[in-house]
Amino acid sequence: MTIKIPDATREFLNDAGELSRFAGRFFYEGLRPRYEVREFVRQCYVVGYKSLPLVGLTAFIMGLVLTMQLQPTMVYYGVESQIPAMVGISIVREIGPILTALIFAGKIGSSIGAELGSMKVTEQIDAMEVSGTNPFKYLVVTRAFATMLMLPVLVVIADAISLYGSFLGVNIYEKTSLLLFFRKVFENLEYIDVVPAVIKTFFFGFAVGIIGCYKGYYSSKGTEGVGHSANSAVVVSSVVIFILDLIAVQITDILT
Amino acid sequence: MPSEAVIQIKGLYKSFGANEVLKNFNLDLLRGESLVVLGKSGSGKSVLIKCIIGLIKPDRGDITVLGQDLLSLDHEELDQIRQKVGFLFQSNALYDSMTVRDNLEFPLRRHTINLSQPEVDDMVMDALNNVGLGHTVDMMPAELSGGMRKRIALARTLILRPEIILYDEPTTGLDPITSLEIINLMNVIQEKYQTSSIIITHDMKCVKIASDRVAMLIDGTCYALGTYDELNASTDGKVRAFFD
Repeated sequence: MTIKIPDATREFLNDAGELSRFAGRFFYEGLRPRYEVREFVRQCYVVGYKSLPLVGLTAFIMGLVLTMQLQPTMVYYGVESQIPAMVGISIVREIGPILTALIFAGKIGSSIGAELGSMKVTEQIDAMEVSGTNPFKYLVVTRAFATMLMLPVLVVIADAISLYGSFLGVNIYEKTSLLLFFRKVFENLEYIDVVPAVIKTFFFGFAVGIIGCYKGYYSSKGTEGVGHSANSAVVVSSVVIFILDLIAVQITDILT
Repeated sequence: MPSEAVIQIKGLYKSFGANEVLKNFNLDLLRGESLVVLGKSGSGKSVLIKCIIGLIKPDRGDITVLGQDLLSLDHEELDQIRQKVGFLFQSNALYDSMTVRDNLEFPLRRHTINLSQPEVDDMVMDALNNVGLGHTVDMMPAELSGGMRKRIALARTLILRPEIILYDEPTTGLDPITSLEIINLMNVIQEKYQTSSIIITHDMKCVKIASDRVAMLIDGTCYALGTYDELNASTDGKVRAFFD
């Protein structure tokens, strides 16, 4: 008796298998010389530094809005003094990493997918290979390493900016000092809140980079293919971020 | 008089699914000659030169480039061969995110690690001056016209002083005047650097001006081989279709 697998399922499994092989090749190629240090540093600048304004702005608004939304309910139950603690834990454990990763996926994942897709379509990847360069090392390894290292940095900065936004949110309703606000935040934060939240962002960053590269590297011919690569890089990496987050939360729960 | 074969292709087969693109294709490129491969769109011309440079792996057959069996080479050995074989892409394949200078420096830095910056600058300017575009050194590819991009791509191909140059549809998408300029430039380069060339095209003006010999790729095989005048005198219907 044979089981007929629906086409969509087969396609999904095929894609997942290819992506896994692509990720495996990343580790194989990434650990062997030659190391493309110059391009890696350039990519860190592009994916890290250039994402900072967008990430910073959204983080600031997120902290501010979260605090303003919480204020009336906290006042109603007479626990408004716990706002810094509550906001701090929410941002550091979950909202900061996940929101920053999603914004990162939207900005960087799509840009990597479109850039590599366009290079593929215009034969630039072939030209690189003919020039004696391993395009996988030069384009994929550098970008995926850069996203893996830069996202945690961005998340830490975003957390700090978001907490500052929250501090201003609290000050709309009552005067409080920055020192007191942050003391309240840190009094209630533990290592188990901070460390797993930072560790999981390495995986988020890797997912954004490797999926963006995979979609671009195997882009089908034509401009439509480039658009599709950019779009699916964002969609797939966003879904993978949520799945990774779910796994990370389960592991953290087991450890605590 | 050219004699020694720098590229030998024997019994080459390549198919994509059920589509057999190359079927027992045989061809020799002699040292110093300019060989045009002529064929219809989709006949497998680009597949052929991508097999020669190792970008596409054939299903069967032998390709010998400068005395080395291409299909038995490892990645590093293949890179060594690629230093001696330049490739001009149909789409030019200039790196969009780099200036003209960086585009030209890229292959140079990859293959020659002991060059000082002044030496690199000299080589870049020399290659650009060869194509008459020294003033574009700090421009981005997007700022250049189609003909200028083709010339820059040719300068990038030339910078490693290859013994063989493979041209993939060098005049496609260019106006007749610019096409003629590019063909003349190819002839000048051929003469100046004594390169051997394979030119993939279906542009009959290019065939007439640039070829020493013409190979006709029809139905996946080398259907006819000869000089332009010899083929032009042919009475075979498939050959005549290109000349009439």
